[in-house]
Amino acid sequence: MNPSVEALRREFGDKIGRAVESCGDTFVYVERESAREVLAWLKDTSGQEYNYLIDVTAVEYRDPELPLEVVYLLFSLERKVQLCVKIALPKSEELLVDSVVPLWQGANWLEREVYDMFGITFRDHPDLRRILMWETYSEGHPLRKDFPLRGRLSRSEQVRRALHANPEAHYSMDELSIAEAFNDLPEDMRERLSRGERDAIPGLRGETENG
Amino acid sequence: MGVTPAQKVEAGDSTSLVTQVSPNWITTRLDFLVNWARSNSLWPMPFGTACCAIEFMATAASRFDLARFGMERMGYSPRQADVLICAGRLPFKLAPVIRRIYDQMPQPKWVISMGACASTGGIFDTYAMTQGIDTVVPVDVYVPGCPPRPEGLLYGILLLHKKIRGETMADEAVRQEPTLDPGSLMLPPEHVDELSEPFGNSVHQTRSA
Repeated sequence: MNPSVEALRREFGDKIGRAVESCGDTFVYVERESAREVLAWLKDTSGQEYNYLIDVTAVEYRDPELPLEVVYLLFSLERKVQLCVKIALPKSEELLVDSVVPLWQGANWLEREVYDMFGITFRDHPDLRRILMWETYSEGHPLRKDFPLRGRLSRSEQVRRALHANPEAHYSMDELSIAEAFNDLPEDMRERLSRGERDAIPGLRGETENG
Repeated sequence: MGVTPAQKVEAGDSTSLVTQVSPNWITTRLDFLVNWARSNSLWPMPFGTACCAIEFMATAASRFDLARFGMERMGYSPRQADVLICAGRLPFKLAPVIRRIYDQMPQPKWVISMGACASTGGIFDTYAMTQGIDTVVPVDVYVPGCPPRPEGLLYGILLLHKKIRGETMADEAVRQEPTLDPGSLMLPPEHVDELSEPFGNSVHQTRSA
């Protein structure tokens, strides 16, 4: 068992849930409300120094009674130690956790992916949009167990909506390194880029994001 | 490019004249010459999205050597390409991209669908994948395989050569392009729905059930 678990229990008491060791890796469950505080402590406290966020991901288990889990994989570059922090999110409650982008900038796209695939919302995320599916995707969150493998719409409707998408508009302007050249672009291209893909498909306005 | 209406009418007249007199000795010899030239200098536009692209690279490299068929010049600009080779699966996000690339290619143009995923969706019968690129662009040759070996792709290219050699300028339908607005399907919607009819018990797709 990773000694960080004992240190966490001393520091945070009963905010730390159970800890499991499996195949040499330590998994520790943390309460949702104190998760960011715990992660910040793990990152900055000397002796812990988990300064590298390997991945943010999520799990939904086959058993519908079990909660979803948000998984943070931490690594200490100095000490060469890995720790896995998990937050359990019961399905009866709102799927909401605090964003860790203030701690690790690299969590930005990782949290967008979790939001896209699982529908978990990250509070205080600077730019919480879909990242793999296009922004107008309205069939739900594909990695949830209640999502049908082929999606909810018919194949022809899926192809029709996909063809309506504007391939130039998958990026927001601040993601593009050419953003400063925006004003030099032709008028029609500027209009298309500034519109983004949110209005690309006619007849989709008013449909909810979660389908 | 700079075609005045008068020239257009003239071109239309000459085509119809060819249609009227064809087939005769002159037009068939001309067909033979044009088709020989076209089939032996196909410039490919590789659209490699997956592992098929690796086999495509192997086909282009020295052991199998696409240059033997006049194809050594890969056109990474669709405007200087004759044959679009879709090597790999096509996710929905790329569907408008390949449609635009196809639209940008000048006539005459052909499409090879390389591999199981490009042809049918393959194992990716999922929410994210088109079930065959023929729902988006017209396809001339389907090459099966997962991925096809270079010999398979070469055989597909030779089949395309055979198809090109059978074309005649008298048949105006050969060069006619479907004029589709950006959102419309290549095939009728009910046809597309049928393409992914569930096999076996996979009609119950909710995996948690």
